[in-house]
Amino acid sequence: MTGTLALLRLALRRDRLLLPVWVIGLVGITLSTASAMGELYGTEALRQQIGVTAGSNPAFLAMLGPIYDYTTIGGILAWRWGVFGALLIALMAMFLVTRHTRAEEETGRLELIGSTVTGRHAPLAAAVLLSALASLLIGVLIAVGLIGLGEGASGSFALGLAFTSAGWVFTGVGAVAAQLTESSRTGNAIAGGVLGVAYLLRAVGDAAGDAGPQWLTWLSPLGWVELVQAFADDRWWVLGLSVLLTVVLVGAAAVLVAGRDLTAGLLPTRLGPARAPASLGSAFGLAWRLQRGMLLGWTLSLFVLGAVYGAVARAVEDMLKANPALEKVMSQLGGSGQIVDVYLASILGIIGLFSAIYVVQAVLRLRAEEADFRAEPVLATSVRRLSWVASHVVFATLGVAVVLAAAGLGAGLVHGARVGDVGGQVARLVGSALAHVPAVWVVAGIALLLFGLFPKLASMSWAFLVAFLVLGQLGPLLDLDQWALDLSPFTHIPKVPGADLAATPLVWLTVVAAAFVAVGIGGFRRRDIG
Amino acid sequence: MTAAISVSGLVKTFGPTRALDGLDLTVREGEVHGFLGPNGSGKSTTIRVLLGLLRADAGTATLLGGDPWRDAAALHRRLAYVPGDVSLWPNLTGGEVIDLLGRLRGGLDEKRRKVLLDRFELDPRKKGRTYSKGNRQKVALVAALASDVELLILDEPTSGLDPLMEAVFQEAVEEERGRRTVLLSSHILAEVEALCDRVSIIRNGRTVESGTLAELRHLTRTSVSAELAGAPNGLAALPGVHDLKVDGQRVRFEVDTDHLDQALRALVSSGVRTLTSQPPTLEELFLRHYEDETPKVSS
Repeated sequence: MTGTLALLRLALRRDRLLLPVWVIGLVGITLSTASAMGELYGTEALRQQIGVTAGSNPAFLAMLGPIYDYTTIGGILAWRWGVFGALLIALMAMFLVTRHTRAEEETGRLELIGSTVTGRHAPLAAAVLLSALASLLIGVLIAVGLIGLGEGASGSFALGLAFTSAGWVFTGVGAVAAQLTESSRTGNAIAGGVLGVAYLLRAVGDAAGDAGPQWLTWLSPLGWVELVQAFADDRWWVLGLSVLLTVVLVGAAAVLVAGRDLTAGLLPTRLGPARAPASLGSAFGLAWRLQRGMLLGWTLSLFVLGAVYGAVARAVEDMLKANPALEKVMSQLGGSGQIVDVYLASILGIIGLFSAIYVVQAVLRLRAEEADFRAEPVLATSVRRLSWVASHVVFATLGVAVVLAAAGLGAGLVHGARVGDVGGQVARLVGSALAHVPAVWVVAGIALLLFGLFPKLASMSWAFLVAFLVLGQLGPLLDLDQWALDLSPFTHIPKVPGADLAATPLVWLTVVAAAFVAVGIGGFRRRDIG
Repeated sequence: MTAAISVSGLVKTFGPTRALDGLDLTVREGEVHGFLGPNGSGKSTTIRVLLGLLRADAGTATLLGGDPWRDAAALHRRLAYVPGDVSLWPNLTGGEVIDLLGRLRGGLDEKRRKVLLDRFELDPRKKGRTYSKGNRQKVALVAALASDVELLILDEPTSGLDPLMEAVFQEAVEEERGRRTVLLSSHILAEVEALCDRVSIIRNGRTVESGTLAELRHLTRTSVSAELAGAPNGLAALPGVHDLKVDGQRVRFEVDTDHLDQALRALVSSGVRTLTSQPPTLEELFLRHYEDETPKVSS
């Protein structure tokens, strides 16, 4: 452990920009949401209304979990922002840990450090400490901020520390994942997979209804964030589960570190083929090789997510049949469409946002190839710059259609089987899922534009995606002006199935995306590589 | 003889840094051309301009008769490049990378691929992330040397190779002589001395010397040490003789290569028992161009 503090200082120095952005961003979004809610739902009656309508809407249950207390702003905030806030803080934690452990090892910088007076466990300890302290800081700042806004102290700390606990658990998940493979990319993918499963488990558990497997929520660290029931019961002992799991995970990571060589992974690397297959002979062949794993992973994940959401759709109908009053409220909320369609449309909206993560990853692969000097030898062959960019962009643009179609297929198969119309539901839901493609293309366009014109800022694409997520999730709730909501391409997608599939916005989004892509590629063809 | 590469007045700036400052370079067809300079002198930048990866701010560059920026893809069919810092895809094996790069260049000589893998003792089945720096360089070298191209651009290709492999590399480049043009950037002087027909020495983004080694040697001094039969005879008065040290009948001095003839006549007139003469090494050439770069302690 010798040298942990020195390494922690080094990490703080390296992250002197990144870390404040995460902390201020997460605290800022949470507190401004709470403050805006305070103005919107100033009276008890207004709060009761949202509690009764939204709190029992199954789409919201699957996406956000149940609402435990709608008498206070804090309680509404815990419901509306709890899972998503926890998701973001978990992402921060796992990125931070991989960045300071496996990524350092992969680049060989850790070797330099390992040869100085630092203990074997120091890099892991420093990374875990950094991430745990950042999570704690965010949680405490949120709690203090909420108290400042007039919320109860106990509830405020319960919610703030629930966010912290999600950060801690995924600090542990990231620490273990970083030990398993030799590449930080795969490490992040493993940790991201765990996060996806955690989200899914609580989605099924929350939407299951009284007869269903509600216990699934208890298996998910993201579920624990809800189960703390901040502002309602303030069940502090649930936080203990997170602390316990964190200790176990970090301990496991420490044992793994002690048992392996520097730069080695736990999963063995085997010898591969001595000759390249015939497919690996063009820019596209190379891109396929580099992108196929990610495409396959996303296709399978969103297929499963679609199927899980599809499985819940029937329960939505049952629940509504039993409650005619709610049915009336829901049809007012969801416009003309059938209730189940309103539900399906809102889950497809979430899936559309998720698929945009894939697209940003696929486009940023270009920048990674360039920054790691792997683009140079390829561009020094007869491969044209245009072909090289296009070979990756194809995966972003067509790949996302595959990913979304898989989600629609999953939802259609399961929901169709339950209502006895597989063919019809599959066609309808695949079509509805694909309606989100143009909006995701705009995200791809933004990423490519940054890559082509300002390559060093390419990773800012994530900021745009987070902004769209916040606009989509919190915008309507905060009663933002329509022009602000319109900034997100996802706002313009018709709420299908249910709503009419208007072609005009889709065409416009495609035109905007195409313009971004053209400018990005044009910029790339004119600029220096490196 | 036509020029495979001709560059004149090349300028490239990165923000406030002027990486290339009016660089000239001519590489004749079929020759092995050494491209010498200390770290950060602009060798890699020049090469990356020649590959169309960077766009020059001023000056002209012609590569195999074409414009390296405009005709990049077409020209790249006819050349192979080994970067100074080879970075491989972690999940692709060395063999796969060799095949991929060969195919992207438009063809690979199967026989040569096999022979080179043997000679460099490279296991093509290992994944990119498991190779050491030297082995990554071998992957790029095999891919380049086995490619069916007329120009090889090698940017410090042996900086990670051990002496045995360095010898294999020199052998392989020796075989290319006359068949292909080679631009070899290096700061391993023995390698350049052994391989290159002509050399260009650059410094701070400018060419300071260019020519055959013989021509360059002409500009510098030969060191001579001899044991004479009698006392040295008027050596001190000769033009071009420097640092003369006389110890009884032993003499040691340096002489400008232009004046070597007169100095030797003077020695012979005293009677020579033993004689060693050392032509200037490239090191000396090199240092002569850089010595004024080291900060002077006293004026």
